[in-house]
Amino acid sequence: MKAFGLIGLFALVLGALPLLTDSGVHINFAMMALYAGLMGMAWNILAGFGGQFSFGHSLFFGFGAYVQIIAQLSWGINPWFAILLAIAASAAVGAFVGALSFRYGLRGSYFALVTLAFAEVARILALSVDITGGGVGLMLPLQTSAANMQFESKLGFFYLILFMVVIALLLTQWLKNSRVGAYLQAVRDNEDAARAAGVNPFRVKLSGIVLSGAMMGATGAFYVQVFQYVDPAIAFGPQSSVEALVAAIVGGLGTVWGPLLGALVLHTLSDVTRNLFGSLPGINMVIYGSVLVLIVMFLPRGIAGIGVSVKELWARSRS
Amino acid sequence: MSESLLRVTGISKTFGGLRAVQDVSIEVPAGEITALIGPNGAGKTTLFALMTGFIKPDSGSVIFDGADITGQAPHLNARLGMARTFQIVQPFAAQTVRENIAVGVHLHESRRSPALQKAGEIAEQVGLSSHLEKPASDLTVAGRKRLELARALATSPKLLLLDEVLAGLNPQEISEMIPVIREICRGGVTVLLIEHVMQAVMSLASHVWVLSQGQLIAQGSPDQVTQNDAVVEAYLGKGAAERLRGKGKL
Repeated sequence: MKAFGLIGLFALVLGALPLLTDSGVHINFAMMALYAGLMGMAWNILAGFGGQFSFGHSLFFGFGAYVQIIAQLSWGINPWFAILLAIAASAAVGAFVGALSFRYGLRGSYFALVTLAFAEVARILALSVDITGGGVGLMLPLQTSAANMQFESKLGFFYLILFMVVIALLLTQWLKNSRVGAYLQAVRDNEDAARAAGVNPFRVKLSGIVLSGAMMGATGAFYVQVFQYVDPAIAFGPQSSVEALVAAIVGGLGTVWGPLLGALVLHTLSDVTRNLFGSLPGINMVIYGSVLVLIVMFLPRGIAGIGVSVKELWARSRS
Repeated sequence: MSESLLRVTGISKTFGGLRAVQDVSIEVPAGEITALIGPNGAGKTTLFALMTGFIKPDSGSVIFDGADITGQAPHLNARLGMARTFQIVQPFAAQTVRENIAVGVHLHESRRSPALQKAGEIAEQVGLSSHLEKPASDLTVAGRKRLELARALATSPKLLLLDEVLAGLNPQEISEMIPVIREICRGGVTVLLIEHVMQAVMSLASHVWVLSQGQLIAQGSPDQVTQNDAVVEAYLGKGAAERLRGKGKL
């Protein structure tokens, strides 16, 4: 209950943020950090809880994005309804990829490579079929109104992503204290022991990838509404895969708040460095990489696990 | 012997050129503690894996509680009431002892907090209650063996297959574990042990099977099998029985 209260408090505090500042820069920053946090949370479900490291989460991101935009352009569906389709479609893609790879017992680096390959196949397909507009991409016409999920100010998008993040937090918190979550962690820690205790690893991992894919698809749909444009490189390129996994790893795998923390820290870092080294484009990616290496070396539990890691380092230095 | 809970008939498994288990048949009587012994590499653990479905047999059948479960997946067998421990302990290292045990409880309890509570009760049964909130990775070997036992027990099994739960324990710890196992059986769970610690086998088991090089070479009461020439030779080499008899040690 306390955990759910914390999520409520988070929603209130962030919801009140626009009262403190009317600077578009600040709101935009908060929105993008939440957006990256949501990607990290999606990745965290499968990797942090289930132990299955995907290198191709952009697959789900891209499906979410394309379904969101195609549903509006080609089928004339309202975006508020389209986002549900986008989430459902990415969940289905998750089920498909999961069924194929977990059926054959792919784990570890093999699973990572297969997800990477799936995302790449999707990118090449998106380049060559008509419905995605090929390499030219698809553009969502500007029709500003809340009914069209195109808000006049960034504030609308900020509340939209905040709403999505709160739902994701609630889902993750629920997962942590549920049988599915316990089974996911059991499979992550020791698959044979889990099987002996009556866990069906295939089904458990499948539910993990479906939930993870659905969340990631939601961020793809959000991207389309904010930037009103998508092409195969944005949808299925490595950018979103990397952003998702870095946020989760830096923040703390298998925790409720870790991915959000990670996204916040990384976005702060990348903003600061962009201001400091504006003349050197791409420097923020160098920072990303360096922070990741440092975290993996010194804080294997991420920022959320900083207390435990420091205690361990301290104990090691004394022994 | 009472009615059998598990009936294995003519089961065989070959790995490459190694015939790990050859045409083994055993019937585990319900409600008793029985044991499977044999020298290292005899195929005992493989036989466990064949029974529980971790390995599919080349031939033969496994009947559990009246149902043919030959080659059925382990999690389905667990649901029918078959639990096992692992010779090489397999804790969920990142989780606490309580969470480890709760994974087993979840087989019949979908809600989290009752499962965690039940886990505490089971920990008490095997003497782990003082370690409930510790990560499993902090346990000693003896603690991990108890955890294996607790997690298997948590699935409310009809048949408990214990693969060397006493190996690696000191005499003090062994004498603490023996009553725990006896108590489990008294609670209505049939127990089949793989064990090298003969002290435990002699005091616990009502019936013993001896496996050597994949074949069943003897069975009977613990006293009968330890007097058996074939068994002595399986452990100590050909002619050993005769030499021991000459020295009056058998």
